[in-house]
Amino acid sequence: MGIGLTHFLALAAIVFTIGVAGIILNHKNIIIILMSIELILLSVNINLVAFSTYSGDLTGQAFALFILTVAAAEAAIGLAILVAYYRNRNSIAVEDINSLKG
Amino acid sequence: MQADAWFFWIFAIVLAVSAFAVIIARNPVHSVLFLILSFVCAAGLFLLMGAEFLAMILVIVYVGAVAVLFLFVVMLLDVDFARLRQGFVEYLPQGLLIALIVALELIYVVSGLGPSDRAASAATPAGTLANTAALGEVLYTRYFYFFQAAGMILLTAMIGAIVLTLQHKPNVRRQDIGAQVGSPDSVELRKVPSRAGI
Repeated sequence: MGIGLTHFLALAAIVFTIGVAGIILNHKNIIIILMSIELILLSVNINLVAFSTYSGDLTGQAFALFILTVAAAEAAIGLAILVAYYRNRNSIAVEDINSLKG
Repeated sequence: MQADAWFFWIFAIVLAVSAFAVIIARNPVHSVLFLILSFVCAAGLFLLMGAEFLAMILVIVYVGAVAVLFLFVVMLLDVDFARLRQGFVEYLPQGLLIALIVALELIYVVSGLGPSDRAASAATPAGTLANTAALGEVLYTRYFYFFQAAGMILLTAMIGAIVLTLQHKPNVRRQDIGAQVGSPDSVELRKVPSRAGI
């Protein structure tokens, strides 16, 4: 049984679900939440590259490249916000980030 | 089984297991290391699909930059991670059950797509071009504005990260070049006699 498009899509679905579950399970630890978002974006990339390969069109890979760009920017900004927040509050627990509540 | 099928299963299983380990690891440093492993496995899968450029970018940018950035932040912040794990175990069964159901539904959907054979000359429609060259031809022509916008996003991210984390401490004496050059007795013009020195 050869490896087809379905295998890659199923794998991407599994990784996506693991990422979503990671966000829910680690809802107090924002670093793990950021890592879970990276996993989700990785699964989207696997999807795009798989479709690109199996349809013989390079558009999917171009978009995967843009997603990589945005994910890298997102990680950099997110971690910078995290460091700035920790410097001000000495905590990064999600439940402590509630000063907008008033 | 063919060799590429073997490699697919190896990479796929390691990717799924390490992605799972990312979310359940007790120590965030281990999470980051498992994240690196899953990126490397995804790069291997990209290679199997013929997307060599993206595979290399994934290794260089993700493993080399983003994951190391995560590692820096995890080690830099002195956080009580045990407190952040409270409630993890009690949510675990329901969370895993829901995740399993969602994953099975997604797999059911994608398995309904039917068999699709790999396109004749898979990732390089041009046939003669390598993957990187073909991607460049698409990227610099049809998606040129998107490419420029991606550059702007990276610039914004860089400036934003610097602005957010740069801090001027009050007690640090910094060089003030304007005051240094502008002070009246700092620069003096002298007539130096020949062979005599000052």
